[in-house]
Parts: sequence; C-alpha cells; structure tokens
Amino acid sequence: MSEPTVVTDGLVKRFGDFVAVDHVSLEVARGEIFGFLGPNGAGKSTTIRILCGLLAPTGGRATVNGFDVARDPESVKRNIGYMSQKFSLYDDLTVEENIEFFSGVYGVPRERRAERRDYALRMAGLEEKRDSMTRLLAGGWKQRLALGCAILHEPPILFLDEPTSGVDPIARRMFWDLIYQLSAQGHTVFVSTHYMDEAEYCHRLALMYHGKVVALGSPAELKQSAGMATMEEVFVSVIEREEARQ
Amino acid sequence: MISFRRTRAVARKEFLHILRDRRSLIAALAMPLLLLMLFGYALTLDVDRIPTCVYDQDGGPASRDLIGRFRGSRYFDVRALAGSRAVIERAIDRNEVLLGVVIAPDFSKRLAAGQEAGVQLLVDGSDSNTASIALNYAEALALAWSGELRSKAMNRRGGGELKPPVEPRVRVWYNSELKSRNFIVPGLIAVILMIIAALLTSLTIAREWESGTMEQLLSTPVRPVELLFGKLSAHFALGMLDMAIALSAGIGIFHVPMRGNVLMLFAASAIFLFGGLCWGVFLSAVARSQLLAYQMAVVTTFLPAFLLSGFVFAIENMPWVVQLVTYIVPARYFVTILKGIFLKGVGLHVFWPEVLFLVVYAVALFVIAAKKLRQKVA
Repeated sequence: MSEPTVVTDGLVKRFGDFVAVDHVSLEVARGEIFGFLGPNGAGKSTTIRILCGLLAPTGGRATVNGFDVARDPESVKRNIGYMSQKFSLYDDLTVEENIEFFSGVYGVPRERRAERRDYALRMAGLEEKRDSMTRLLAGGWKQRLALGCAILHEPPILFLDEPTSGVDPIARRMFWDLIYQLSAQGHTVFVSTHYMDEAEYCHRLALMYHGKVVALGSPAELKQSAGMATMEEVFVSVIEREEARQ
Repeated sequence: MISFRRTRAVARKEFLHILRDRRSLIAALAMPLLLLMLFGYALTLDVDRIPTCVYDQDGGPASRDLIGRFRGSRYFDVRALAGSRAVIERAIDRNEVLLGVVIAPDFSKRLAAGQEAGVQLLVDGSDSNTASIALNYAEALALAWSGELRSKAMNRRGGGELKPPVEPRVRVWYNSELKSRNFIVPGLIAVILMIIAALLTSLTIAREWESGTMEQLLSTPVRPVELLFGKLSAHFALGMLDMAIALSAGIGIFHVPMRGNVLMLFAASAIFLFGGLCWGVFLSAVARSQLLAYQMAVVTTFLPAFLLSGFVFAIENMPWVVQLVTYIVPARYFVTILKGIFLKGVGLHVFWPEVLFLVVYAVALFVIAAKKLRQKVA
C-alpha cells in the first residue's frame, strides 16, 4: 500500500449530546476507492463533511493530503473535489456555464481551462449538451456533470457523498465506470453509499453504525470474516451484532 | 489574499442568475419607477384649492369683496354659495367641502360704521394637518383684507398715503414654490434605493443555502470575502441602474430641481447602495431561507427608511427617544445628502459628516456580512 492520503485518528463530532462521529480512525491509500457503507444517520455524511473542511471536528485529528482539516481547511479545499448528497450545481446555468464557474472558483489556470472543460464534458458524455440548461438534464447526466465539475482542478482526492442516490441502475453503472477511471488515473475516491452492489465495487470498505466504524476491510475480507456470501448479508449480520451488543 | 479570478467567477455567475431570472429582473428595474409614481403622486403634502363653501347672509359690497378675495386665491376653490348654515354642514359631512365661510347679516353695515364685523370659519378637522393649514390660509386672507380696509379708511380720513408699518418680504430658499414634491422625490430615491438594495441581495445567499449550492461553494477554495465581493458587484451594477432610473424619473417626470453635482450624487448613492447590499447579504446569511430573508429585508429597510429618515416626517417633531433611533438609520443621512444635492446644490463641505457615517456603516456591514458567511455548514 502506498502512502496514506486521508488519515483520521480518533475523530469525534458532537452536536450537543448527540455523537455523530465516534472515534473514527482510518487510513486511505492513494488511488484507492474507499467505501463508506452504513444506514442513514450512521455518520457517513458528517465524517465526509469534516474531511472536506466544511465542519470542524469536536475531537481527534484528520489530515487530507497531509493538511490538517481543522487547522488548515483552506489547503484541504484546494486538494479535494466534493459532491454532496443533494445535487448542487446551478439549475439556471447551462452545462458549460457551470463548468466555467467551478473552473473559476477552483482557480484552474487560464491556459488549462479549455482543456479541463473539454475533458469534463467528454468524461460526463455531455459534449452535445454543453449549451443545455442544467435544470433540463436527467438525473444521471446531472450526477456526471457534478462529478465533472468536482474534478476540474484535478484534485488528488474526491469525496462523493451518496453520489448515485435517486439515479437509475444503468446511470449508476456508468457513474461507477467513471470512478474506476479516476482511480486508475491516481485519484483517491472516498465514496459513501447505501447500495450493496456499489459496496462490492470498492477496494476497501468501512461499515459505519451509530458514528462508529464497526467493520473495515476489502469486500472479500469482510465476507470471509463474517462467513457470508454477499455484502448484504455481511451488512445485516454486522448491524445485528452491534444492536445485540447495546 | 483575495483571488481576482475567483471573485470574477462569482460575479459572472451572479450576472447570469440576474439575466436568467427575467421576472425578477423586470421587477427590479420597474420597482423604482413604480414606487416613485406611487409616492410621488400620492404623497403630496401641498394644501391648495381647498374646497370652500360660502354662506353670505349679508350680500353687501364688503362681503362680496371678501368673497372675491377667496375666489381669487389659489389656495381656495369656492365651490358653492350656500343658502343656509345647514347646507355648509351637509357639504362638510359629505366631504364635498373642507371649509365653510359664514358672513354675518350686518357685515357691510358694521364695517361701514367702523365697527368690528365677524366672519365665521367652519373647518373639517378630521384631517388635522390639512385643517390647520386651511385655517391659517383663511385667517391670513381675512387679516390681509381687513388691513387693507383699515389703511384705506385711514387714507380717506387723513388724506396722506398710509401703509401698514411692517411689511414682511418673504423669500423661500431652495424650494421657492414650496412644493412638497421637491423634497419628497429626493427622499423617495433614498427609500427606493435602500429597499431595492436589501431585497436584491437578501435572496442570493439564502437561495444558495436552500438549493444546497452553498455547501458545494464552501467545499471549494472560494473565500467568503470573494463570494461577497462577487455577489455584491453584480447587484451593485443593477442597483446603480435603478438609481439612474429613479434619478431620471425624478427630474424628467416630477421636474425636481437638480442643483448639485450629479457625480457627487452617484458617489454618495454608491456608498449607500453598497451598505444596503451588505445588509441584504447579512440578512440572507442569517435567515438561510429566501422567504424569511425577504420579509426581514422589507421590514428592516422600508419602515425605518420611510418613517425615520426625515423623508416625509420631520425628525425634529419626533419624541426624543425616536429621534435617537433615527441616528442609526442610514437612510436619514442619505436623505440629508440627497436634499442637499438636489435642492441646495451644496457639496461635500456641508454634508461630509453624513458621507462619513455612510462609509462607516457600509464598511461595518461588509465586515459583519463576511463574518456571517464565514460560518460553516451546521
């Protein structure tokens, strides 16, 4: 395994009495597709937001590409691309205008702009729709455009928070092809999901439950150690074990 | 360091939002005209052509002369000659006339005999302001007329030319026709600019929160100050356009005199507008909901700017507690500047304290808005 790009050590986030992230410690290697699996409210999104510098952690430490998320969120932001659960591009801008805007706020150098724009359009398969109003795109196209916008500045690390929720299976499949491409190019992809088939695609997985990482390993390892045939069975058995413990 | 590239990207995006949202754009451009028309025509405080009804019980030469005076004055409009007091009462009840003039039966006889003669003035006091102005006019008219009578009588007796000992020569400065429109329209421009400024930006941040794009923005290297500058610049352009529209309408339609420096006017407006835009951003960042931000913008700009700026209601006549409050209303300072430039043609040497306050206010609001934006996703 090469040097880690995302490291968390005893990461804690509390909202009042509620512990959303409970001592999470992880290491993600460069080029890895790291999956975050867990039911809604398990703390996946909160962890990703902390790693993106959007939320300050209550305790513990986390570094992204070597930068401390609490102390230097500005540097963290230059090194990441982020896609939130909710589609968050501008509906009243065209595909190309969205790309140009994000290219601008990510500070892509002028001479690289056209090339990056064309790359994002090609990758998202939106070359024909570059002048379409974003609001008119179907779900799958929107997701790919959002991903395209998130990689304009060639960030070493991508955080994708349930990027495929509400998208049809074929569009999801296409989206994962893109994730593989990006991983092959050396991007680290940190992705959360609650789809079991998507969990299988990840190099390594962390199962989250009530803010804690309750299982960690490659899909094969997880299945083996639980003695189960599918990720779904692993997931259910781990959750049941955790619930029994409480 | 503030990145020009990122700021420009935000400004460009905001311009696109403004251009794409045609309805809001039209509303933003039509609003100054609409408000100016509405208030410019509705809010005249001038009292003239007071509908008047006269009950002349005398019918002599003196009473006819007095009625002639009322007819000749531009402040009165003698609508009817009544046959009885009841007719006047009915006319006042029905809002047909505001003023009733009752001349006693022995009016001419008593005057001819050198005795005191009475004229009764009946006024509809339900609008106290108009009533007292109408009474003042009527009293002044009667006094002037009786003064003339007296000097005529004395001239006849003494033979020599005798004039009233003191004759005031009045010159009204700055608004020589005493048209209320001349001071309402400049004040109105301040009110309009304040409302528009806060309304324009009150939606922008809240919209980003509602649509989830704010979270996306915060994950990029864009800084709150760049976001703020970018958003402000786009709306600033729109606000200045509104200012130009309001100014042209004020001069073109309402014929308000413009005696000062137009550049000075735009410079002062720019400072005021900037502060107003920052206020809108602040509200938007606090509310995080477009509806709430919009309502807060209307309440916090329109009411103080309208009531406490001295634009219609003189600040000197307010209770001292309210007077104290007016000092924190930026529109108060801008109204003073606008009236100074429009009506007096004075410059910075007179209203620099007001300009200074607006600068302080704009900078303070900018800092507060930037601080508020810096706060992270909760």
